[in-house]
Parts: sequence; C-alpha cells; structure tokens
Amino acid sequence: MSEREAPDFSRAACPIPLGEYPTVLLAHGGGGRLTQMLIERMFVPEFRNETLDVLHDGAILDVAGAKLAFSTDSFVIRPIFFPGGDIGSLAVHGTVNDLAMCGAKPLALSAGLILEEGLPMDDLWRITRSMKDAAARADVPIVTGDTKVVDRGKGDGVYVNTAGIGVVLPGIEVTPKRARPGDVVILSGAMAVHGIAIMSVREGLTFETELRSDSAPLWDLVRGLLEGLGSRVHVLRDPTRGGVASTLNEIAGSAKVGILLDETSLPVGEDVAGACEILGLDPLYVANEGICLVFVERDGADRALEILRSHPMGSEAAIIGEVVETHPGAVWLKSRIGGTRIVDLLTGEQLPRIC
Amino acid sequence: MRFVDEYRNGGDIRRVLSAIGAAARRPWTMMEICGGQTHTLLRSGIDRMLPESVEVVHGPGCPVCVTPLEQIDRAIAIARRPKTILTSFGDMLRVPGSDVDLLSVKAEGADVRIVYSPLDAVKLAQAHPDRDVVFFAVGFETTAPANAMAVWQAHELGLTNFSILSSHVLVPPAMEAILGSKDNRIQGFLAAGHVCTVMGYEEYEPIATRYRVPIVVTGFEPLDLVQGIYMTVVALEAGRVGVENQYSRSVRREGNVPARRLIDQVFEVCDRPWRGIGVIPRSGLRLRPAYEAYDAERRFAVESVSATESPLCIAGEILRGTTKPRECSQFGTRCTPEHPLGAPMVSSEGACAAYFRYGRTA
Repeated sequence: MSEREAPDFSRAACPIPLGEYPTVLLAHGGGGRLTQMLIERMFVPEFRNETLDVLHDGAILDVAGAKLAFSTDSFVIRPIFFPGGDIGSLAVHGTVNDLAMCGAKPLALSAGLILEEGLPMDDLWRITRSMKDAAARADVPIVTGDTKVVDRGKGDGVYVNTAGIGVVLPGIEVTPKRARPGDVVILSGAMAVHGIAIMSVREGLTFETELRSDSAPLWDLVRGLLEGLGSRVHVLRDPTRGGVASTLNEIAGSAKVGILLDETSLPVGEDVAGACEILGLDPLYVANEGICLVFVERDGADRALEILRSHPMGSEAAIIGEVVETHPGAVWLKSRIGGTRIVDLLTGEQLPRIC
Repeated sequence: MRFVDEYRNGGDIRRVLSAIGAAARRPWTMMEICGGQTHTLLRSGIDRMLPESVEVVHGPGCPVCVTPLEQIDRAIAIARRPKTILTSFGDMLRVPGSDVDLLSVKAEGADVRIVYSPLDAVKLAQAHPDRDVVFFAVGFETTAPANAMAVWQAHELGLTNFSILSSHVLVPPAMEAILGSKDNRIQGFLAAGHVCTVMGYEEYEPIATRYRVPIVVTGFEPLDLVQGIYMTVVALEAGRVGVENQYSRSVRREGNVPARRLIDQVFEVCDRPWRGIGVIPRSGLRLRPAYEAYDAERRFAVESVSATESPLCIAGEILRGTTKPRECSQFGTRCTPEHPLGAPMVSSEGACAAYFRYGRTA
C-alpha cells in the first residue's frame, strides 16, 4: 500500500452511507427516517404542487365551494388474517381514518386488489366480506374497484389498495401545520396494540393473554370532537407506521414547533408493555390503527378529553404532552424520573435488540 | 407492570441520586460495561442528573459494535451464496461491512432473516433441508447458552445443513484490557447483570484484586443503575476493592450452572479481535473440535477481506471509555445513524447512537 494519504473528507462516510442505498430496502417503507427521505427528496420535489406540499394524511381539494378530502393507502400486511382483523378491514379503516384525520366525513371508497395466483378463493371471500362489514360500520360505500392477478410467487397472497374521498366539516381545518405552542397533545387510546398483535402472530410469540389489533374506523370518534370543539382542534393524526414518535416528529417538523411528552402519562396496556419489554421494542415506535393524536387549544383540552372518553373507542384517552416554543422541529420526553431525552425518528424499522 | 415499575419509580431513584451526591466527596470515574445499561442511563436521563463529581463512561459492551468488519464481510459473503439462509438478530443487519450491509444484500435477493432465537434458526434448517442455514452468532456471555444450545440441538438432530458464524466475545478480558491500558482512568466498574446471571461473578474477583477496583454487578432498570453507581461510589470512598452484587434478584456468585456447563461443552476460549480495540487474548468463544462441523468459517471457505475503518472514527477511544461521543468532532455532524462512520453509531446499543438518540441538546 502506498503511504497514507490525507483523509478525503468528501468520501468520509461509511462505504455505503445508510441514507443513500442504491436499492430499495424494507426500511424505506418503515415510516422512519428512510421513508421520510424518500418522500422529501424524491416524491415531493418531483410531484411538487401546493396541495401535496401540505403533507397531510390526505389532500384537501376545493371543489365547487366544498372542501373535499382525498386519500389513498396500500396494504401489504402479513399475515393476511390476524387477531382483531384482516387485510380487508384494515384497508377500509386505513383510508377512512386518513380522511377522518383531515376532518372529513368519508363519502366513498375505491378498492384495488392485487391477487397472487393460488390464493384460496375462501380467503378472498373472507377478505371481501370483511371489507363489506368494515365499510358498513364506517357508513361508507365502496363504489369502484379494480382486480389484477400476478403469477404465483410474485405476490404475497393479496395486496389491497384503497382510496377515498370525504367532505370536510364546515369551518374545520385540521392540518399538521396548525400545531402551535400552547396546544395540548391528546392520545385517544392505548399505544402499540396493533403492531404488537401483528408481531406476535408473525413471529409466533405467545403471551398469557391474546393481543388483538385495535384496528377500527375513527370517524365517529373524531366527528364528536370536531362538532364539540370546532376550530379549536388544530391537528388530527393517526399514528400508524412508525408509531406515535414518528408521527409527532413529522408534526413538529411540519409546524416548526417543539413537542414535550410526559412519559408517565403515555397510555400503554400492561400486556403490550410486557411484550415490548421482552422484545426490546419502544411502544412509542410501534404501529397503531385504532387511535389518533389530537392537538387542541389548551382551554379546550378538558372538554376534548371528556368527549373522547365518552366514546367507547376513546375510553383510555389521555393528555400525553404539549406543544412548546423551545426546540422547534424536535420531540422531547420528560422521563418518569424527571430526566429529559429526545424522541427521535428511527432510521429504519425498529429491530429487536440482541441482549 | 410488576418487576418493572418498582425499578422505575421516580421518587426512589431521586432518593438514591441524592444519596450519591452526599456520598461522593471526591471526583470518581466509573464505567458501565453493557450497552443496555448505557441506554438506560441516557433514556431515563440519569446521566444528566448525576452529581458532577461522578462520571460514568460507557464501555465496550455492545456486541454489534465490537464485531470486526472482517466478520461482517464474511457474513455477507456467506449470505450471497446460493441456497443459503443467513440468520441473525435484527441489529446486526444494519452494520455496514466494507461495501454493504446485510439489509442491502437482502434487497439484492439474498435470503437474510431476522430471528429472535438461534433455536429458530435450527428450526429453519429442519424445515429447509435443501438449504444451508447459518446463524451469525454475535454477543457476550448472555447469548452464549442459547447459541450453544442451538449447536447442541442441531448435533442431536443430526442436521448437516446448520452452522454458526461465531463472533462471541467475553467481558472479563475486555475489562482487563481497559484497566491495563496506559491511558486508563476507570476507577470502578458496573458489571453487566445479564452476563453475570449466566456466568456468576467469581471470575471478576481476581480482576478486582489485581487492579484494586470495586466491581458492582448491576441490573438494567433505572433504579438498578443508580443503586449500582451508589454502591460503587461508597466502595471508592471507603477504599474498598472487590465484587459486590446489586442485581441479587437475578445473579448468584456461581451463575447459572447448567448454562455454563453447556457453554463449556460446545465452546472453547480463543483469542478474538474486537472492532476498535484490536485482538484481546482469550476474549472470545469458538466451537470445540467435536462441534467443528457446525462452524460456518470452516464450512464455507470465505476469502478474508482486509477491511479498513474510517480514519475519522474514534470508535476505539469510545469503546475504551477514554473519549465520550459528544467530544468526538464528527459526532452528529459527519457521523449520524444515517451516515455512521463507525459501529457505535450504527447499533442501537452503541454509545454514539444512544447519545444521538437521547442525548443531543436542543
């Protein structure tokens, strides 16, 4: 080897910097930093327009004097059937909830199915019926659809895409950008239930109690809140992929505000907390389906809690933190012993630790 | 939750913290060995609540961080072989080798799978008799019994398609390497509670005597950590050397005897290179000759690649505890979890990653 050259700073990173993979990794879909980078560096600049730039769960369109919300979501979950739901109900809830998080009553859904050759017809019936039931529960019709079949081995049984439109309630504007210092952050129910339920089936982990996904349509819960508090509700988000921590980071970044959480007030069920301890996972980063984050003006917080808790899906609602002026763009947490730490975005998927 | 909440009680922890403040009359520097303990310290904010006179530096107890680059390259080369399933714990997949990491190799089409236990890898080998199933066995004494059990089971089952790529390391030789180095400033140790649950703490007694330090076997919950720190400070103030056991609800002096017997049956002690530190004599485990058929290194003649680390990374100083992550000029600027210059920033148990995740100031 020749004598040692002066370090070349332009190439000083690891051989493959983890942010710039030449191929797509699973972590690009994990809802963490790699997903965010994909959106911010590829999709948003290429597709740039005012509606997209808001980066909400759905787009808000002005159509003939009405505000319509428009959203889409794809589902590739494994296993297809899990305790508390299946890919069909999840796909309906996902889009209904994206619309609800825009303050919109769902009006109509589309369903796109990508089926793998060899999928048992019984499974397809189960999924279809489950979509029908979920749509009926959310009071929204499935009005159009599409079916494609791919060769055996080229899919994972079934993938589902849903898209939906809804009408935003009059006078309501809920968007991440409206988070402002003084807002109180409420979580409508216990964290991490869905993610841990799925993981325990997928990895064959069994616990003393069966964990069931809490996947459910949120519109009914949210409507009460919006009707009761109107524009005092600033932000609604369902913390799905990447969990509460990732969603709050997105909101903090989007509104350029700080968020301070109180660890002692985070609602986590005993069984989920136990599973997270065993697996070395932080419930703040585990996916949710049946809960939402609510940012509300301080003087409306008690009323918001009251409304949420009076609904069967919001009985465990809790104030988990507040929006602050300090550390804009970052989420901090006051630990139960009084220390503080940052709650960062994860780079990729949360991986179980070694020891 | 029982057995967890009582060790995270804010009032109890603050009481012990103020007892530490009262006990520490002089400045003391101690090291927690284990990456899990580093994370508890930073995650709960204890590091910011300790009196200034008590400094806790972070040791090399992150198995992912100390796994040499060459070994990761070997794992990658094995994963790229046809008809092979490479399995490991999740953390290991994100650590870059010389070119790529295992997640990228997976994206290229290699069959790389995360398992929660090496016994799951044995099951995979049973289920896929036409594939070679290799478990990338990294870790300290904590994971050694399960890995030994996997090899033993594969042997009992007569499996010919299962092997492990061993990168096992041992804690006591690393402590001696730190204490014996000329720039050492560690005056006491918090020994890793889970390692001692398996191995006991008899082997730490001669180290404490030889280097005249207190060693306190410590657990992983916030209350465990502050108690361990308190016991170390009290011992230092009293000039007491020897091993004390804070984690008595889990650790016995003799450890877990059946687990130790199993480790000894399957593995033997060998010299082992540590990333950032170098070769430490008698600091690793390899399979005994009777089990060498399960040794992936023997089984697959993988060309050894001489790997080079970033010249800017001071992982060695971080892992020896002579420099703190925040004192590194690259920390949080050139070196982040997305652009790690070295392993301590990659692994979730690495000290640099812990500082980045929990310890950056606003």
